[in-house]
Amino acid sequence: MCLGVPAKVLELSNEQTAVVDVQGNQVKVSVALTPEVEAGQHVLVHAGFAMEIIAEEEALMTMALLEELMEYGEMPSDEH
Amino acid sequence: MSINDKEYTRALLEEIQAVKQDISLMEVCGTHTMAIAKSGIRELVPPNLKLLSGPGCPVCVTAQGDIDAVIAMAGNPAITLLTFGDMMRVPGTTTSLAEERSRGADVRVVYSPLDAVQMAADNPDREMVFLGIGFETTAPTVAVSIEEARRRGLSNYSVLSLHKVVPPALEVIFSDPDIKVDGLICPGHVSAVIGLEPYEILVEHYKKPCVVTGFDTLDILEGIVMLVRQLKRGEAQAEIQYKRVVKREGNLVARAALDRVFKLADARWRGLGTIPGSGLDINSEYSNYDARIKFQVPDFEDKPIKGCACGEVLSGKITPRECLLFGRACTPLQPIGPCMVSHEGACAAYYRYTPLKGRA
Repeated sequence: MCLGVPAKVLELSNEQTAVVDVQGNQVKVSVALTPEVEAGQHVLVHAGFAMEIIAEEEALMTMALLEELMEYGEMPSDEH
Repeated sequence: MSINDKEYTRALLEEIQAVKQDISLMEVCGTHTMAIAKSGIRELVPPNLKLLSGPGCPVCVTAQGDIDAVIAMAGNPAITLLTFGDMMRVPGTTTSLAEERSRGADVRVVYSPLDAVQMAADNPDREMVFLGIGFETTAPTVAVSIEEARRRGLSNYSVLSLHKVVPPALEVIFSDPDIKVDGLICPGHVSAVIGLEPYEILVEHYKKPCVVTGFDTLDILEGIVMLVRQLKRGEAQAEIQYKRVVKREGNLVARAALDRVFKLADARWRGLGTIPGSGLDINSEYSNYDARIKFQVPDFEDKPIKGCACGEVLSGKITPRECLLFGRACTPLQPIGPCMVSHEGACAAYYRYTPLKGRA
């Protein structure tokens, strides 16, 4: 039920509403819960609301961090 | 480096497959239930690493008595009941919303609570009641709908709030000696609203790692690796894997909306019983919009469904395949319990993606 669909903000119609692109479909969503959102950003849409702004670079950072730990073998193995 | 990096996925999987300890991880989000079943991760992890489904599907955890109350309400000819689609087929003790609609009850499916407000504006002579079911992800959207109805001066919009908050249920899971959970795969979108703090409090108290995790296969593998690494080191921390969406403090605007419109109350959960402070009731400031008060909805007792083990499934005590009805009397076409009805219920996920008897 908490499913969120990523969408790109195309334009802000007014303070409360934005037009977003969801997999090629243009839909209106409320931005009442993400008032700071700007056109061009990606958001997570749930029940007709932009729930949160998506920051893709953060995902890459998590990935880089886990990889780094693997490379340096920082993790103790099971045998120890 | 791409997010779909196959090498990286393989490395994560290899790290998980090398785990020798007995570890039980639980997810508490219907979207995780579906994603884990669909991706086949449960079949790829070693047998000593158990992936359990917890009380993560709001439809499934709704108490039987509350479902009966909703169905009784739909029978009131003065009311149009507006609901998310997930609730339509959920069986009450004798009938469901879908069955009641086929008998003439005015029940309609909406996509957003704001659509419900618009329908109230378009139909000033009808009482429009929105069925508020969902966790912290959904509840702020309903809070905004109530404020919007007030702003537009609508007196024919109200909400039957059966909303629940997740952390008190996690506390019940961690304190139940019959439920063995070593770490939690925490719900990504609930956490987008509530942030990390509720998990830090849980970790402090129960010393079990909690990792807020996203929904792609890669996200889930990363979340499992983060949990496994903590457990290997004997650590317990609250961490966020799903950083592209979840901020440490959550969504402050959404949290403020929850605080303005709702108050914490005791709530009944299927499988877990009454949990203090785990429900969201509409507060006195907005009592005109509270359908429970407006239509004097009585409390219905929880009448168990014969043979149905949804309660045990929801608390992770058994897996869906251990229920005697699973795949025999209870299938997605002829569901008996809510975990088979809701498409993100644990039973529906097992039935659809891993129906064959293999590892439990």
